Amino acid sequence: MIGFITKRLLSTIPTLFGVLVIVFVMIRVAPGDPALAILGDNASQEALDAFRDRMGLNDSMLVQFGRFLSDLAQGSLGTSMVSGKPVVTSVMEVLPYTLELALGAIFFGIIIGLPLGIISALWRNGWLDYFLRVVSLLGLSFPAFLTAILLILWLSIEWRIFPVISSPTGGPIDRIYNLILPALSLGVIMVAYIMRTARSAMLDVLGEDYIRTARAKGAPGRRLILHHALRNALIPIVTVVGLYFGLLIGNAVLTEIIFNRPGLGKLIVLSLNQRDYTTLQGLMVISAFLIVIVNLLTDICYALVDPRVKLK
Amino acid sequence: MTLADTNTPQRTRTASLLRLARKNKLSAFGLLMFTLIVLASIFAPFISPHDPLDQNILDRLQDRSAEYILGTDTFGRDTFTRILYGLRVSLMIGLTSTFLAMVLGCSLGIIAGYRGGWVDSLIMRVMDMLLAFPTLITGLFIVAVLGANFVNIVLAITVTILPKFARVARAPTIALKEREFVEAARALGYSDIRIMAVHIAPNILGEVVVLASLWAAYAIRIEAYLSFIGLGVAPPTPTLGTMIRDGFNHILDAPFVSIYPGFAVLLVVLSLNLVGDGLRDAIDPKLRD
Repeated sequence: MIGFITKRLLSTIPTLFGVLVIVFVMIRVAPGDPALAILGDNASQEALDAFRDRMGLNDSMLVQFGRFLSDLAQGSLGTSMVSGKPVVTSVMEVLPYTLELALGAIFFGIIIGLPLGIISALWRNGWLDYFLRVVSLLGLSFPAFLTAILLILWLSIEWRIFPVISSPTGGPIDRIYNLILPALSLGVIMVAYIMRTARSAMLDVLGEDYIRTARAKGAPGRRLILHHALRNALIPIVTVVGLYFGLLIGNAVLTEIIFNRPGLGKLIVLSLNQRDYTTLQGLMVISAFLIVIVNLLTDICYALVDPRVKLK
Repeated sequence: MTLADTNTPQRTRTASLLRLARKNKLSAFGLLMFTLIVLASIFAPFISPHDPLDQNILDRLQDRSAEYILGTDTFGRDTFTRILYGLRVSLMIGLTSTFLAMVLGCSLGIIAGYRGGWVDSLIMRVMDMLLAFPTLITGLFIVAVLGANFVNIVLAITVTILPKFARVARAPTIALKEREFVEAARALGYSDIRIMAVHIAPNILGEVVVLASLWAAYAIRIEAYLSFIGLGVAPPTPTLGTMIRDGFNHILDAPFVSIYPGFAVLLVVLSLNLVGDGLRDAIDPKLRD
């Protein structure tokens, strides 16, 4: 097991390095002079030179990349071009809110999607199955902003159950209360994906010989489904949660903007408007790293649940 | 096996795909829906009596009426007309970028699978790196850095879905290159490029086209997200994302301003998902997610 984890860890290194190169090059090939973009067209030549000097923009690309890497090794992603605040600090300040939102969405995805997927599989090709399949297709076609808008209209404005603006402050109860609506809205797509995965995984497992054996030996229906089938069907479900984590983070950006929640989304929009390239660069690096780590964890979970994986 | 035989599997493959489309009612329904949406956006000027940019401040923020089928926005512009024109932008960007990603991604995938060795490792490693970025954030980043215009948005979306095509094309190529008809082609002295383009590519086209419809749905959604965030094609050109964002400011007094364009995005995406989903299950149940 340890050997597998080490091997898998080592294999992420080239990917992470590549991610750094891509982000670095993309920022540098951008048309337009960052100094001019930050200081404006009216800035004096001295001010521009000083800014370039301070940001190290006069050095060669290779030197800049070397500095970027050595800073990163010390846990720094540079300072914001606009506010002068360390990028890591400003990202880490808001990251918990986005993670909380993503986890909330996964939670809703599992508690709603899993039972529906199992029902769909058990009544395969019945009217309920067809209905649920259309519902899941609808769910994954729903644009993130539309779910958010509809939920706000129904649950906040019509019924006044949840606040329109989600401000995650105060005690844990308040925080969860403020999280419910955005998490539900982000969770719709997760419900759809988990439903579909659960359905096909259950169908695969229910066709296996050991299920037939268990049934022949007289295992009662509920025990058969929960104990024998579901446990094995969980493997692909774990994978799908990991696989769609990137999608979730992307959609979280939109959900945060609509609910006016702090998080990566608001930071991205702010940095975009201010043309704060260093913060954007840091955001890209951190979100890509996050996804690589989640993929790694998914693979490890997978190997823990299914010993056959390690052999490959 | 003679060379004449080698053509049969691919022909039956395409034919069976069409047969499946006819048999699968949901796919057929999706295709019909998509065709209608495309036609409506092409013939927008003939369908709607209004101009998408015509402001009529006296009629602002009106709900549905005989005059304005889906109401009006902040400037009194007809929402229905703007949706039709906005769909043009969505479809043009979504389909162009999917097509480009399909051509480039499949070429890379086929080359990786056919050549193997270091070429394969290099291409697939780069694809893995691209897949490490959250799609929407990558798109945002590219458009923000390069500037929001048609070409850059297409480029951004192409880059984000290209690696998915490469992966899909690579796996069957590895299996196909061992087949007799490829060996026969090689024995006849055909060049690698000809073998890849003429003998391998047509055989994976079925799967690729089906998945392309799903990713076109995805591409259209990304375009809407980008313009929602403010990185869309510049105004006054109507785009669905911008319409939703503008309408969101009136969520309390006139929620319909953002809801109707939102449903337009839903309908396009749903129609493509319906087409792709049914066909995917039909061609290969293993591809189900």
